Amino acid sequence: MKSLGKFIIFVGQLFVRRESFRTYIKLIFDECVKVGYNSVFIVAIVSAFIGAVTTVQTAYNLISPLIADPIIALVVRDMTLLELAPTITAIVYAGKVGSNLAGELGTMRITEQIDALEVMGINATSYLVLPKIIGSVIMFPLLVILAAFISIYGGYLTAMFTGVISGTDYILGIQMDFIPFQVTFALIKAVTYGFLVASISSYKGFFTVGGALEVGKSSTGAVTSSCIAILVADFLLAYLLAPLLTL
Amino acid sequence: MIEVHNISKSFDGKQILFDISATFEKGKNNMIIGASGTGKSVLLKCIVGLIKPEEGRVDFDKRDFTRANKELQTQIRREMGMLFQGGALFDSSTVEQNVMFPLDVLTKMPYEEKLERVNFCLERVGLENVNKKMPSEISGGMKKRVGIARAIVNQPNYLFCDEPNSGLDPQTSIRIDNLINDITKEYNITTVVVSHDMNSVIEMGDNIIFIHEGQKKWDGSKDDIAESDVQELNDFVFASKMMKVMKNR
Repeated sequence: MKSLGKFIIFVGQLFVRRESFRTYIKLIFDECVKVGYNSVFIVAIVSAFIGAVTTVQTAYNLISPLIADPIIALVVRDMTLLELAPTITAIVYAGKVGSNLAGELGTMRITEQIDALEVMGINATSYLVLPKIIGSVIMFPLLVILAAFISIYGGYLTAMFTGVISGTDYILGIQMDFIPFQVTFALIKAVTYGFLVASISSYKGFFTVGGALEVGKSSTGAVTSSCIAILVADFLLAYLLAPLLTL
Repeated sequence: MIEVHNISKSFDGKQILFDISATFEKGKNNMIIGASGTGKSVLLKCIVGLIKPEEGRVDFDKRDFTRANKELQTQIRREMGMLFQGGALFDSSTVEQNVMFPLDVLTKMPYEEKLERVNFCLERVGLENVNKKMPSEISGGMKKRVGIARAIVNQPNYLFCDEPNSGLDPQTSIRIDNLINDITKEYNITTVVVSHDMNSVIEMGDNIIFIHEGQKKWDGSKDDIAESDVQELNDFVFASKMMKVMKNR
């Protein structure tokens, strides 16, 4: 509870004694490149294979004359949009970006760079962390859109090359009974996860005490805590928003 | 002028500073000396506001910094420059960007004017043609000098230096001491230096306070130090053979 309280105060400090807007513009752009653009490769690889594996496994689990082939693609699409694209990408993102943010801020803390900012009269929390969170909240949804596209396309290529279903059936399946709210649902999850990963990881790094060993521990702690927060948020969002899919 | 009034601080129930009061005057090199682990850096961090003391207050030119609202604290902080023990340079920025940083964030100067000021400060600390180098590409002594350049770029009224000589060879140490000394006199600012280096104390200590186990045991100038009858101070100052020889002379 003490950590949660400290975390809430930390998030609150992001919005007080801010510097001028122009100061943040470049920082936010830099963070967007760092957390977003630099994560494209790993997200693309993971998504392509998830799409491929989901297609193959679904196809082998739905072998029945009573189930039409396009259903396989429908399952792949729904799984991708509702769960795999936002949540698995968030776990990968926490591993790559979360550990990086915690390591960067932890190193800045132990080498007194954060103290240097404070002595200059700059709100270090706001100056260092706010651009990271904004960058993450902007870029992670874009990564999720990319992940969903690559995953579904990866499933299509797998279907074509392995012959588990035909390309025509796959295209038919991904269009079948489509609920546009699924995309909104995925993006709500993405914004939430983007915020959680950046804020938790920054919090862990910002309050690092000690030396290089503790920076490593902060990075590990950032990934662990982010993953737990993602899974809890996943459950809560599913509980709150899933009923809207049926409206 | 900085006035420290009855500062006390403890961590996890262990008292680190006991009721310390001191006055640091303008245009002088004020030094806080003492052995490692006696609370010098904690006192300095209490003065600059990085650590909040449990008791006591710090006044900057009669302005109560410790209990000031955030706006006044920020305003006073913007009049400070600080040299950290390891330099605390931003790893991902060049020397020029490091020195320009306070101007970038705290002023609306045009770039050309900022660059001129940065070059002037780098020249002032004896560093030329290193603008585009990264902190990892320069030596420890150069990092300290870049740290000093960054600390003075915004023309501060107060300069704080935490162990400016730690990890440096004697020649570079003297160079850093002279630089701090010159800047203090030239700009007539209030400088507070934390050190346990006796060469620095003897070179530049206009006003010295000696801390032992969290308590202020002595204050005076470099000229009075040899005459002191405070046992802890004598043990600290004349710990080395060279200092003993000097005392006997």
